[in-house]
Amino acid sequence: MKRSYLYLAAVLSALFLLAPSSILAAGKTLRVAIIAPSARNDLAFTQSIVDGIKAIQKERPIELAITDGTFVVEDAAAAIRDYAKKGFDLVIAHGSQYGGSLKEIAPDFPNTAFAWGTSADTFGLSNVSSYEAASDEGGYVMGVMAAAMSKKGGVGVVGPVEVGAAKLYVDGFVKGAKAQNPKIRAKVNYIGSFSDVALAAEAARALMASGADVLTGTSQMVVGAIGAARAKRVPWFATQANQTELAPEIVVASQVYKWEVVLKKILADLDKGIKGGRKYQINLANGGIVIEFNDGYKLAPKVKELGLKTIAGIKDGSIKTGNK
Amino acid sequence: MADSLAVLIIVSTIASGIRLATPFLLASLGEALGQRSGVLNLGVDGVMLLGAFGAYYTVLQTNNPYYGLLVGIGTGLVLGVFYGFITLNLRAEQGVSGIGIYLFGLGMSDLLFQKFVGTPRPILPFMPLHFPVLSDLPIVGEMLFQHSIIVYIAFGLVPVMSFILYKTTYGLNIRAIGENPEAADSLGVSVMATRYSAIIIGNGLAGLAGAALAIELGIFQQNLTNAMGFIAIALVYFGAWTPTGVMLGSFLFGLVQAIVLQCKTFGVIPRSASDLAAMAPAIITILALVVVAKRFKQPAALTKPYVRGG
Repeated sequence: MKRSYLYLAAVLSALFLLAPSSILAAGKTLRVAIIAPSARNDLAFTQSIVDGIKAIQKERPIELAITDGTFVVEDAAAAIRDYAKKGFDLVIAHGSQYGGSLKEIAPDFPNTAFAWGTSADTFGLSNVSSYEAASDEGGYVMGVMAAAMSKKGGVGVVGPVEVGAAKLYVDGFVKGAKAQNPKIRAKVNYIGSFSDVALAAEAARALMASGADVLTGTSQMVVGAIGAARAKRVPWFATQANQTELAPEIVVASQVYKWEVVLKKILADLDKGIKGGRKYQINLANGGIVIEFNDGYKLAPKVKELGLKTIAGIKDGSIKTGNK
Repeated sequence: MADSLAVLIIVSTIASGIRLATPFLLASLGEALGQRSGVLNLGVDGVMLLGAFGAYYTVLQTNNPYYGLLVGIGTGLVLGVFYGFITLNLRAEQGVSGIGIYLFGLGMSDLLFQKFVGTPRPILPFMPLHFPVLSDLPIVGEMLFQHSIIVYIAFGLVPVMSFILYKTTYGLNIRAIGENPEAADSLGVSVMATRYSAIIIGNGLAGLAGAALAIELGIFQQNLTNAMGFIAIALVYFGAWTPTGVMLGSFLFGLVQAIVLQCKTFGVIPRSASDLAAMAPAIITILALVVVAKRFKQPAALTKPYVRGG
């Protein structure tokens, strides 16, 4: 009798050791934490990652903790360390400004997986993954349509700081606009802040006064710029999240980040025991970036068709946006 | 052609500077009043944030920006009573108490926003006023007479505040207790009541500044003020505690911001120097503060709690 129990224990142990970790992970509730600079429902950068993980929550059990509004990097660093100490399986530092902190913290917690973005740098650490958005692709599509819509031959961009995904988007937009109309005046105003709503509004007004009759912008401060554009009924191209509800009468289309595309890959790797060292990207081809048109905006069919053709061209590689 | 473009840019820049200066001016005027009575309030930004949320939520519910302004002022007045109780009755250290108010405002405004609103939703902003003849004047019309009502309220408060401070007994009392509360007390001036009133009015103006910002932008989001309240405190020192000086400081700050924006728009400032240029308003303010601090003295009793016979 005792011997049969021993055999059974041995067989079970062997099965446990040999079973793929994905099988073991199935059904396990993963503990995921997000640390992000602005509000979780900012209709921009932070909301995009929160929406991404919530989409995955429909498919697998995830215990989600969010610390948002950590525009002070030191606060974010404290939160990152705190979640790692609490034994979270995956800690997502959603902000390129958190890289320095993560580089210091991650080696102290080798059993915790960290992901951060937008960036392509894993610091050579085996428990840090990075993710980024090919925001230039959506920017390019928007730029093509904006140039086609402009009657005065001028388009404007309200940018935050010339780094990361914001720079990619802005550069893509300008490149797209120039590709559509080489004579277009594409003016870019980096206001030097991700959060100064009042300054963003004034930057939009300055751009409009200088002859830009189609606008775009990126980061959480654009709510101010959208308000200024709305007052003058100037069309707006949105990015990071669908911003139609901020100004349904002027938002033409939104580049929406579907971070769930990379989050699924990160979690799948985590199931296999891979905690980091990998780089991920969302783009139009893998469905991580989607252009959502505002049905309430009367967009000329020719312009929409142009946009759709450009999307197809980027997907099949016939159009280069500068990121690859 | 080039001349008309240059005029257009100058007009647009000055108009932009005036708009950008408005919330700073309102908050600075309020802070100046409090400091003239001897009370420092580092919590201006927190009061602005709560005033901004109160105004935003009111407009969201009522679709009436004027109700929003009133709620913004009311929020500031209530916080003024609270701050007065902490600093005057409890005699708490003013610097630390102010930071406490700031943190309270920062956290509470966001909490209330998340709880009652969630995702940013646009509200009805103030529309530019149209004055017969004046608004249609070339150059000057766009520069000075096409702003929303809040701009005229802010700049109109400057002579009102000057009159109160320098031409009324109440103003004399404020200045007296800010310099020498013992002497004022010996002459029968209630230090407690005067300081209370100055703090309450000052906070009311900070609440109005926040309300003006939210309604002018037509939106609210976390940390909407982006530390404007702290700049407003610096502008009080810049303006040597006088309404006119505060107005000039606010306008200069707003104008430099507007000039930098225009220069970036027209590519005068290269993109590589963009972030550096964004610091220009703060750098100019600091430089001006260094100059002003040497020439003018702050109210002698500033930050010192008053205890009769103490």
